Amino acid sequence: MIEFISQPWPWYFSGMAIAVVMFLLVFFGKNFGFSSNFRHFCAACGGAKYSKFFDYDWRAYAWSILFLVGTVAGGWISGTFLTSDAGVQISEATINDLGKLGILAPSGLQPDEVFGLNKVLTMPVLVLVVLGGFLVGFGTRWAGGCTSGHAISGLSNLQLPSLIAVIGFFIGGLITTHLLLPLIF
Amino acid sequence: MKGIKFVLVGILFGIIMSKSEAISWYRIQEMFRFQSFHMFGIIGVAVVLGAIGTALIKKYNLKDIGGEPIKFAPKEAGWKRYLYGGTIFGLGWAMTGACPGPMFVSLGYGYWMFALAILTATLGTFVYGLVKDKLPH
Repeated sequence: MIEFISQPWPWYFSGMAIAVVMFLLVFFGKNFGFSSNFRHFCAACGGAKYSKFFDYDWRAYAWSILFLVGTVAGGWISGTFLTSDAGVQISEATINDLGKLGILAPSGLQPDEVFGLNKVLTMPVLVLVVLGGFLVGFGTRWAGGCTSGHAISGLSNLQLPSLIAVIGFFIGGLITTHLLLPLIF
Repeated sequence: MKGIKFVLVGILFGIIMSKSEAISWYRIQEMFRFQSFHMFGIIGVAVVLGAIGTALIKKYNLKDIGGEPIKFAPKEAGWKRYLYGGTIFGLGWAMTGACPGPMFVSLGYGYWMFALAILTATLGTFVYGLVKDKLPH
């Protein structure tokens, strides 16, 4: 059983399971959206002193932070008990493209070239992790949601603003992938 | 402990996202290069089932476990914040290879570098809070 679920899961199963997660939260009277947690962190750390945007009762969103704690635990369970030895089976074309940037074929879930702790003070890592993280936090809040809030919840509710946001996600992602990464590495 | 159910759903989400490799930087690169159906399949199936379920909930006026009618708040109209903010997020998504949820899943998985990304993402949201009134929405 453990061996069976330790293999990488197929896309159709994961897609179904994500819809189940969304509807569980909906039936609990909440909604599926992850990026708001960064705002709750700011509010919990006294952000109201600096902006009205953080002046609200973040404790009303304790459920969201509990969900977040669960995701960390879920990642830990996967990484501890459900690992498969193989690297991510990405396409040959992607392996070739990344090879040109100096990134080797996958041997795990994440590239050591970007997330290896011994690489923390190298320029590509500082840009990709530090600047990349900043843009994720800034952009999701400006757009009012991330992949869960817009691409999944918003599109499921046939919201035009979410479609515009998802188009933006891809404009940005394509710029980074095809124009910026060759400059960064 | 009314909150425990949220932790449990979070655990389910964390396992799904890691076992489907959706948290992988490699998979996000593959997606933005249109070289595999994997990520499009995951998001596509979630959206199609999500749309069917959302329509059914509205049609039958289903209630949540507290007995309250389920409401889906519409997003406010407009396009600027969605296009500009979405593009900024997209730039970062392809750098970290992670949207907000997967950052936390990867941290739990044992990739400690994501603590740094989570820290700067929180800083990014903080700076947005400082300058939001000057930005087009």
